[in-house]
Amino acid sequence: MKEYIVTGKKDTRSGFGDGLYEAGKNNPAVVAMTADLLPSLKMEKFAAEFPERFVECGIAEANMVGAAAGLSLTGKIPFIGSFAEFVTGRVYDQVRQEVAYGHTNVKIASSHAGITLGEDGATHQTMEDVALMRALPGMVVINPCDYNQTKAATIAAAEYVGPVYLRFGRPSVPIFTPADQKFEIGKAIVFEEGTDVTIFATGHLVWEALQACKVLEDEGISAEIIDIATIKPLDEEAVLASALKTKAVVVAEEHSVHGGLGELIAGVLARKAPTPMEFVNGGDKFGQSGSPAELMKAYGLDAGHIAEAARKAIARK
Amino acid sequence: MSNVQELTRTASQIRRDIVRMVCEAGSGHPGGSLSSTDVMTALYFHVMKHDPATWTRSGKDADVFVLSAGHLAPVYYATLARAGYFPVAELGTLRKFGTRLQGHPCVETGLPGVFQPSGSLGQGLSAAIGFALGKKMDGEKNYVFSLLGDGESEEGQIWEAAIFAAHHKLDNLIAFTDWNGQQIDGAVENVGGLGDLADKWSAFGWNVIVVDDGHDFEKILAAFEIAKASVGKPSMILLKTEMGHGVDFMAGTHKWHGKAPSAEQRDAALAQLEETLGDY
Repeated sequence: MKEYIVTGKKDTRSGFGDGLYEAGKNNPAVVAMTADLLPSLKMEKFAAEFPERFVECGIAEANMVGAAAGLSLTGKIPFIGSFAEFVTGRVYDQVRQEVAYGHTNVKIASSHAGITLGEDGATHQTMEDVALMRALPGMVVINPCDYNQTKAATIAAAEYVGPVYLRFGRPSVPIFTPADQKFEIGKAIVFEEGTDVTIFATGHLVWEALQACKVLEDEGISAEIIDIATIKPLDEEAVLASALKTKAVVVAEEHSVHGGLGELIAGVLARKAPTPMEFVNGGDKFGQSGSPAELMKAYGLDAGHIAEAARKAIARK
Repeated sequence: MSNVQELTRTASQIRRDIVRMVCEAGSGHPGGSLSSTDVMTALYFHVMKHDPATWTRSGKDADVFVLSAGHLAPVYYATLARAGYFPVAELGTLRKFGTRLQGHPCVETGLPGVFQPSGSLGQGLSAAIGFALGKKMDGEKNYVFSLLGDGESEEGQIWEAAIFAAHHKLDNLIAFTDWNGQQIDGAVENVGGLGDLADKWSAFGWNVIVVDDGHDFEKILAAFEIAKASVGKPSMILLKTEMGHGVDFMAGTHKWHGKAPSAEQRDAALAQLEETLGDY
């Protein structure tokens, strides 16, 4: 496999903050809104430089969603930021009515997504957000894998016309994709080509999948590693091509077993190319307090579990 | 800009449209539509700066209206049609399969005049806030209006919006409430227990104008003039109205919130409402 050079460690939410700033610098229509989580959403730079385009909404997420919808109709490009749970579960009806059904150009900046939110615990950790958001017609769902990809995805989200759900995380994670990359919404990215098994991964699990790839390579197993950064619309063509090639699939995500990338790909393959599949996800469980690294391990969201899943999938071929 | 006599005539026709279209659809919300007919007529035929010929969903360079109490679709559609946004004949397609006039307003069917979907209560005021914010950011001196129900004002999000609008000094936002005192399960004072809306909106920092007779055009127009002059505060016009106003057997009860009249009931209602602009 290729060599992946880690150029640093940074939280993906910083990628969002820097991407937002870039987007805002280049387009005066970009507006940032938050529900009392300015520093957490890394919006400080944007707010400091473009105060007339920063809207503090206070701890009132439902109103923030509706206000963003109305604002977007006047020609602005609003990014609304809060913790993932509070811009999905908490305001699901509002997102559905005002953004999805209203077809408004609102970008949901969803921070601290998944179990890696850490110590705050399960009231704050959402592992169901992808399931909720991808069920909405017309909602684009993006889960980038590192700082650089998140920054690029944020810029792409600003340019895209339509509702976007952009999910990123709290902890510092390795940076291993190119800086100044251009993010293409809807395109799967093949990191490694392989022949024995395909590992589809998204978000924080992409790096883990690459570590698993190395472990498997040492065992003589050729794994194909594909980054599904855009969960919806899914790059079905890439998914099918790979599944038909390797005939064994693993899907890895920092999400519940219900309704995330795993079930999405399972649905596609069940219809078009039934393939033995194994799944790496957080199961049917709530999160809990812990450090991000501890929690990833405890919930089976690491390279070791991905490699084991790959061996199992191959054994079922 | 219509005068009081013209507004009265238009409102009468809109009431006929409401009763006929809900009957034909077999479902819908006549009660609140009838109680808010006068304020909606005043808005679209006198108060609002708008032009159906140049309307866009951006609301640019014009006033904007967001129906927050989405179930009042019948009065909204009838008002839009009579104001020239789409053919009056289309009113007969309310709630039919394939119609542009969905049960609750939406944008999917491309019905001219509709800015945002509504139906899930408590959300439209927030969308109106978004428009008001955008106009402020662009230095545009037009108004954003929104119609709320009093029952709807039991929704928490209304008060999120209330806090926000006052805090952000959105004096280009003029909301108005059809304070008819009724909701599905009975009188508001018994069901939701809202209390005094004037006190509440005032406490939230809004410029409050109470119209003690929400069916009196002189009083309605005067209220909007006061609201338009507000500086630094969003305005809330509370109109004391009668659910089902204009049809004697629908008036003064909660029972006609969401019930369609039978053909006989429709005819009885129409006998009380003067046909002024021609039935569709």
